[in-house]
Amino acid sequence: MSKTKYILGSFADPDDMMHGIDKLQENNVPIYDVFTPMPIHGIEDKLGIKRSRLPKAAFGFGLLGTLTAFTMLYYMLVYDWPMNIGGKPAFAAPDFIPVMFELTVLFGAYGMVFTFIYKNHLFPGRAPRVMNLRATNDRFIIAIDAQEVKDAKKVDSLLKGAGAVEVLHNDRKYVSYE
Amino acid sequence: MSSHHESILREPLITGENITYAKVTDDVLVPVENKANRAWWIGFTIASLGALMWVVAVSYTFWTGIGAWGLNKTVGWAWDITGFVWWVGIGHAGTLISAVLLLFRQNWRNSINRSAEAMTIFAVICAATYVISHMGRPWLAYWPLPLPNQFGSLWVNFNSPLVWDVFAISTYFSVSLIFWYTGLLPDIATIRDRATGLRRKIYSVLSFGWNGSVKTWQRFEAVSLILAGVSTPLVLSVHTIVSMDFATSVIPGWHTTIFPPYFVAGAIFSGFAMVQTLLLIARKVMNFENYITMFHIESMNKIIIVTGSIVGVAYLTELFIAWYSGAEYEQYAFLNRVSGPYWWAYWSMMTCNVISPQLFWFKKIRTSIAASWILSIVVNIGMWFERFVIIVTSLHRDYLPSSWVMFYPSVVDVCVFIGSIGLFFTLFLLFLRFLPAIAMAEVKLLVKTSSEQSKKALIKAGKVDKEHAKFYVESLDKYDSVNQADYAKN
Repeated sequence: MSKTKYILGSFADPDDMMHGIDKLQENNVPIYDVFTPMPIHGIEDKLGIKRSRLPKAAFGFGLLGTLTAFTMLYYMLVYDWPMNIGGKPAFAAPDFIPVMFELTVLFGAYGMVFTFIYKNHLFPGRAPRVMNLRATNDRFIIAIDAQEVKDAKKVDSLLKGAGAVEVLHNDRKYVSYE
Repeated sequence: MSSHHESILREPLITGENITYAKVTDDVLVPVENKANRAWWIGFTIASLGALMWVVAVSYTFWTGIGAWGLNKTVGWAWDITGFVWWVGIGHAGTLISAVLLLFRQNWRNSINRSAEAMTIFAVICAATYVISHMGRPWLAYWPLPLPNQFGSLWVNFNSPLVWDVFAISTYFSVSLIFWYTGLLPDIATIRDRATGLRRKIYSVLSFGWNGSVKTWQRFEAVSLILAGVSTPLVLSVHTIVSMDFATSVIPGWHTTIFPPYFVAGAIFSGFAMVQTLLLIARKVMNFENYITMFHIESMNKIIIVTGSIVGVAYLTELFIAWYSGAEYEQYAFLNRVSGPYWWAYWSMMTCNVISPQLFWFKKIRTSIAASWILSIVVNIGMWFERFVIIVTSLHRDYLPSSWVMFYPSVVDVCVFIGSIGLFFTLFLLFLRFLPAIAMAEVKLLVKTSSEQSKKALIKAGKVDKEHAKFYVESLDKYDSVNQADYAKN
């Protein structure tokens, strides 16, 4: 084997790229990852990626917000220091709703986004793990781990056959450290 | 998905020849990757002078107290709250475009959502500054927070809409901010991968290391959808709670149940007008004619007619209910609005908000750039007057005729307001200069399905019904960025 670490098929058209994925899969070539400048619908099914569980996480965080708000309001207004405001009951449940709603949204949104950032290892200052600089611009990149394929030439021709504009052999995994 | 062609009958969302993914990036990043042009510098200079005036006026207010304003003991709320409600209302269109239109799968939002969301954030910042400065003692601004009694107050009164508002506005600002920033991540990564040197380092930090892998995009889409889902009720709740600041008080003219829907419709109305004001200029100066097309402008004008009419119905309902209630004070409050000393404010509001937007029923007017821009300014003025009318005319003649007064703004009042517009434009111009004003990744989704060029190719290939093609070409008549003659030979 040469020094090649990753073989990248660079496509100019998302449909050609999807075709490329099919071709590779038909020939049992394992795909490491796919990098695209925009979300590609239907690609998860092709690559067998499971549905994201983030919506469930968001629901959980939202519920946490609701409960936090209720507990806080109940503690402050009913338990700790009930105030006599025009003789009205301290536990004025309908008045609790706006703040409970706002905290539900706040916790749900922030909890979900932070989970997203955490799970994708995104944070300010992280060195971007980019394999090809045009993947965020106009190219759709299929990356194949060169260690896992026996015949690199065949992968090249499969990618070319599917319509890849160029096929790159990268000696380093990520280009963006330079 | 990207290979599915949409119906030829739909108007294109991207116009122009040779639109490729690379061209979208190049076009959108022109202002970010090049030196600012003269128009930007002139705008920025004027706006930052306005912002400077705002700093001076607000500092003066902090130094002397709110006695610097034209308030008196009868009218305790005037320009400050007018400005606050006006700015919060303007912010609402951004969330509406980015969240509600996403839920309804309106693809035309893709090219305007980014700048509309930025507008939301800057408008809410302007609104929040009013909240702080109208407190009079801004160093006690933490008092509405639920802090223990040792901090100087009792637990805050959670039965008060003013406390709800603290939670609503701060949640709204925070959630809008992450919604906007998450959406920016892929586009910041695009700038990063094209930049060199220090710029690359800065955008690299800002991009959080985004790389566009399958899993990242999949989660990104889930996050966008859920954020849109929670932002939709959030934006409705925010203006509902703002309206409750008034509606739960016992002031005639404020104490009405119609306030929440009426305020929300007004907010969307004024917000779309501001989006129109900003984008019609941005589109011209930044050469975005192919992305923000006449279809976008017309669609926004249609929303302006609908919401303007809802607001009109609300005004008439208010008048009717005031008469029908039989309550003397309520009747007088409205009689005073219509024919009292502030009649000119009331009728400016009626003209600007209800009558002039009806001109958009004419296709010629709603597809004219000059007319849309002028009417959008008229709506902005009208919505400012609406808040002024609601706030000042209800207060200046209260229950006790001996305390009836007029409100006259002081110079500081005027400077704070005009200065806040300067602050808003300063932030907006900085945004246009340093961040992509159009969501590139989202526009790229439309290149293969909804662009004029892909539709033209379909017609050329003869894959389309002749009648349909004719209808489509006729619908292009309104576009200023399309040459219909190109279709003549087919």
